[in-house]
Amino acid sequence: MSMKILVPIKRVVDYNVKIRVKADNSAVELDNVKMSMNPFDEIAVEEAVRLKEAGVAVEVVVVTCGIAAAQDILRSALALGADRAILVEVDVAQSETLQPLAVAKLLKALVGQEQPGLVICGKQAIDDDANQTGQMLAALQGWPQATFASKVVIADGKATVTREVDGGLETLAVTLPAVISTDLRLNEPRYATLPNIMKAKKKPLNILTAASLGVDVAPRLITRSVNEPPKRTAGIRVGDVAQLVDKLKNEPKII
Amino acid sequence: MSILVIAEHDNATLKAGTRNTLSAALKLGITADILVAGYNCQPAARAAASLAGVNKVKVADAAHLADGFAENLASLVVSIAAGYSYILAPASTYGKNFMPRVAALLDVAQISEISAVVDANTFVRPIYAGNALATVESKDAVKVITVRTTSFDAAGDGGSAAIENVLSPADLGCTTLVERELSVSERPELGAAKIVVSGGRGLGNGENYQRVLAPLADKLGAALGASRAAVDAGFVPNDYQVGQTGKIVAPQLYIAVGISGAIQHLAGMKESKVIVAINKDADAPIFQVADYGLVGDLFELVPQLTAAL
Ligand SMILES: Cc1cc2nc3c(=O)[nH]c(=O)nc-3n(C[C@H](O)[C@H](O)[C@H](O)COP(=O)(O)OP(=O)(O)OC[C@H]3O[C@@H](n4cnc5c(N)ncnc54)[C@H](O)[C@@H]3O)c2cc1C
Ligand SMILES: Nc1ncnc2c1ncn2[C@@H]1O[C@H](COP(=O)(O)O)[C@@H](O)[C@H]1O
Repeated sequence: MSMKILVPIKRVVDYNVKIRVKADNSAVELDNVKMSMNPFDEIAVEEAVRLKEAGVAVEVVVVTCGIAAAQDILRSALALGADRAILVEVDVAQSETLQPLAVAKLLKALVGQEQPGLVICGKQAIDDDANQTGQMLAALQGWPQATFASKVVIADGKATVTREVDGGLETLAVTLPAVISTDLRLNEPRYATLPNIMKAKKKPLNILTAASLGVDVAPRLITRSVNEPPKRTAGIRVGDVAQLVDKLKNEPKII
Repeated sequence: MSILVIAEHDNATLKAGTRNTLSAALKLGITADILVAGYNCQPAARAAASLAGVNKVKVADAAHLADGFAENLASLVVSIAAGYSYILAPASTYGKNFMPRVAALLDVAQISEISAVVDANTFVRPIYAGNALATVESKDAVKVITVRTTSFDAAGDGGSAAIENVLSPADLGCTTLVERELSVSERPELGAAKIVVSGGRGLGNGENYQRVLAPLADKLGAALGASRAAVDAGFVPNDYQVGQTGKIVAPQLYIAVGISGAIQHLAGMKESKVIVAINKDADAPIFQVADYGLVGDLFELVPQLTAAL
């Protein structure tokens, strides 16, 4: 099979950072905050690269829709083994209101240009926690989807995908082309080695604009405010099990 | 302002989250219609008709809807969407799977996992693992919404809505079910349990997890949960995971055993009414949210607790 895989990746606040809400309650503070590739997208890149290494795919193309600085995660993906990268550039103001439907439309335009046999994305971006983009892209393409994947096997024009669902696991076979979204246990992404980081600098990275793809990226949801959740305060330390049981028995309606 | 709620069910009975989703819908209007899509799903449809606040139950009963595939479900929902201003489903793996397709096919945004309704167009939803709450206003004519079920009460019984059959579009035929390995458990469902006993990496292995936590859960009639680390290490299946990218729970009592309290874990349980933490590290972040913290070795403390209850 000579399939190309497209992997959409997003630049988000690093998962180790404790985020702060801006003083004017307009958004979460992004200035001087460590940014990284969305963890689920690292898993997506890893899976695509493994499929290439296994001879199932011939090329792995990574794409992000974001500001110029998002080239850093594209380079990271190239260092992990992707062959080529595309930045669909938007300005800072647009990037702050770029929503899954708009991203899905941008990706659809790229799918039209690149004709991949498979798209592997993350199940969820850990900033907006939307969990939408892959499913929306699949719908816009009229393609099947297999979300929350913990195992992927490609053979005979089909993807057989084990999905993590609320009740346990479910394995589906979907016809290709399709969209797969990754869950945490699909694989453990490799670390980029120094030679591969050097090589990544020479791999092709194309820059397009949202306008050149003919996509309207105006938001459909307006953020009115962003607030800190009510703080949960630490309670008390109990000295031993007897004291804990006593406290629990005195809490109303618990045990 | 017609409202459509998509029921989650197993053809025989409704999943608990359907009731919470209905109660979110009833904050937007006086009544709502419910769609029950499945195969031989009349019993689930009758259960939906008996919920308070339901205007009409629409039933799509077809072999190709048996497995709840997103492609067929979305095309069904879009085929009956005309006239509805709101379409809601639970933010479970079921709802998260097909609702974005519905939104994209209708060319509207999806408002993911709302935790509150502010007004007809405005909703609150957690972002950044619940470390911030965004208030968002929708500009779309149809609002496609998934509901964080722990944030809304369960709708009650007492309705007697009419049940109406609807035709479903043809099978798209792109997906086949290969296998389903659903966890069978006598315990309450994790997302709806009143008490949850949850274990982390501190349990060491799956055998310890069962030996130490199952008797406590038995005694309390509790569901069992876990951290990501415990699932990744294979102590328990994936459907035990509580957190930002696992299940959201808000029981009366959450007992965290050998769990450090990473933000991604807290995201899934910090709305619990009472939190108990048992951990040998007095500085573990879980103690910052625990109502009752017990510092020490879980292998001694948990059996003591089980015996004392
Ligand atoms: C994208 C992403 C998504 C994630 N989603 C989730 C999620 O949904 N849910 C989730 O839980 N995590 C999630 N995580 C992982 C999270 O960051 C933590 O790694 C994980 O929660 C840690 O699990 P743990 O507390 O069991 O393990 P650890 O952090 O290793 O903690 C183990 C604890 O056990 C204690 N302990 C050890 N031995 C004993 C003993 N004998 N007696 C008492 N205490 C003992 C230790 O003191 C320690 O505090 C996610 C991470 C990422 C990057
Ligand atoms: N701006 C973006 N650019 C490229 N891919 C994206 C972007 N936003 C989201 N994605 C992809 O869609 C997945 C789900 O994101 P979301 O629907 O926002 O939770 C992510 O894991 C990425 O794979």
